[in-house]
Amino acid sequence: MGSNNSPILVPIGDFPRDLLERLSKRTDMRIGDKFVDLAPAWNSARRQYDSACLLAELKRIYAGVVIGAAAVDLFVPVLSFVFGEADMPGRAAIFSIHRLREEFYGLPRNAALLESRAIRELWHEYGHTRGLAHCEDWQCVMSSSHSVAQVDAKSDRFCLECSAKLDALGG
Amino acid sequence: MSDKLSILIVDDEQVVRDSLVHWFTEEGYEVDSADNASDALSKLASRELDLVIADIRMPGMDGIELLEKIRSEQLDTSVIIMTGYASVETAVRALKHGAFDYITKPFDPDDLSVVVRNAMEQHRLRLENRMLRQQLADNSQCLGELIGQSDAMHHVREQIETVAGVDSTVLIEGESGTGKELVARAVHRLSPRRYNPMVVVHCGALTETLIESELFGHEKGAFTGAQYRKKGKFEAAMGGTVFLDEIADISLKTQTDLLRVLQEREIVRVGGTQPIHVDFRVIAATNRNLADLVKEGRFRSDLYYRLNVFTIHLPPLRDRHGDVPLLATYFLDKYSRQMSRKFTGFDRAAMDTLIAHNWPGNVRELENIVERAVVVGHEPLVRSHDLAVARPASGPEDLSIDTLERRHIVRVLDDFAWNQTQAAKALGIDRVTLYHKIRRYGLKPPAKAAKV
Repeated sequence: MGSNNSPILVPIGDFPRDLLERLSKRTDMRIGDKFVDLAPAWNSARRQYDSACLLAELKRIYAGVVIGAAAVDLFVPVLSFVFGEADMPGRAAIFSIHRLREEFYGLPRNAALLESRAIRELWHEYGHTRGLAHCEDWQCVMSSSHSVAQVDAKSDRFCLECSAKLDALGG
Repeated sequence: MSDKLSILIVDDEQVVRDSLVHWFTEEGYEVDSADNASDALSKLASRELDLVIADIRMPGMDGIELLEKIRSEQLDTSVIIMTGYASVETAVRALKHGAFDYITKPFDPDDLSVVVRNAMEQHRLRLENRMLRQQLADNSQCLGELIGQSDAMHHVREQIETVAGVDSTVLIEGESGTGKELVARAVHRLSPRRYNPMVVVHCGALTETLIESELFGHEKGAFTGAQYRKKGKFEAAMGGTVFLDEIADISLKTQTDLLRVLQEREIVRVGGTQPIHVDFRVIAATNRNLADLVKEGRFRSDLYYRLNVFTIHLPPLRDRHGDVPLLATYFLDKYSRQMSRKFTGFDRAAMDTLIAHNWPGNVRELENIVERAVVVGHEPLVRSHDLAVARPASGPEDLSIDTLERRHIVRVLDDFAWNQTQAAKALGIDRVTLYHKIRRYGLKPPAKAAKV
């Protein structure tokens, strides 16, 4: 990572800067500074943001591989929410920390836990952009997670099989 | 066939289809979509799909009607109905019509994941259950009844083991009742296709129209009485084996159709237009000499060569008389167990009768005779008068004077408990002549009882 081909990490909405920098450091992804307009993605009936709309916006603004780091609640039309979405394979992905925060569940703020969840979702969506589907190994970062409990259960690493697939794909 | 489980999304709203296709693709499923129920049905007609997730409200045919169609056509597909709003009435309607479950849009990702996982698990169990039943049926009548210590039967068993592992077409030749279907089942059971079904088509019992429909299936309305679409045996084999019994009895037209299927591995249902890919292995059987039928122009030579890749010849029972005691004892045990009788064996006269018989109906005739003996006989031993060994009205039985004389002498000797003086008297010959005949035919006095 860190080369010109590596993904650009782009904050969307009021994403905490310190968390963004830590994620950038841990993943070796560069931080993008072009503004992403949230307004077209807003759905007033659902009071959420359309993740497909934001993905399209990211691809419009950035030429290379881009991963949006959102602080807002994301949805796709048939699901009540999504933690993230990605083109699979493709060059754009987005993840949200909105439902990764302990505060969302009425619990005290926990910055360390939020970071550990965010890094998992970031790697997970990145994996999708590389063409990886969900993995049956529950510890693999590519395992499917629809709740924070599942996010917490997995690790922030790719299993051997997924790593091998990434190696085979190059990079 | 792909290892991935397959899902068909049916919804008239593109955004819903796109979201779900994307979501399920990430989940690792093979996903297809249709924007209306008719399109969904034609997709279901062309390939097996594990799960359909259909919106209840669609223009034209709605989700419940689609569900009814899927159920009426007995497709092996689970269905989940999507509704726009929660309603007990809708849920009850969907479930009453055989939906696995229903979900309300927008779905909680975790709920959707659980519902789909459960539906897939039920689907998997249903398929597994069907395969296990088939295996059980195969096991109970497969290798177990390929009995015999004769060289001919050793050779047959060797051939089965040789050919089972490769995917070649097998042609089994043998007279009626020699056990051709048992050989086919044994080949299937020892083959890599054993976890898939073996479907049997008795070609001789079907008219030309019926056999076409039986082999290739038919579309609804293809002919009078075709009220529903029906899958043919090649489709039903689902990667397994198709056993075509009495292959010589099919018409030249069906031979042509069959040849095309064997070459192209595709079928078109009667009344249909869409080719459907099918994966199967063919085992054919005949009680006639196919090569002769080819010479007479009654069997296509190209089909014959395609079927005749590996031939197993089953000997008639009269050519392996030595196996009769073993087979008779096997059937005696089998039917004694089935009917809760306590037979322990055959008395000597009964066994001699069985050995002496010419068995024009082969093993099947022997089995029927033993089964009847278990019904009418008195435990613990089957006696010769329990055996309905009949001379057929016609057929290849040896009707020579020698055979008849031998059989008659055995019967009279049995009647007089092998007292040769009394037997000779009854036969109207002197004792020395009887003695020479006993030696000539190799007859031996019985032990008290013989359990072979």
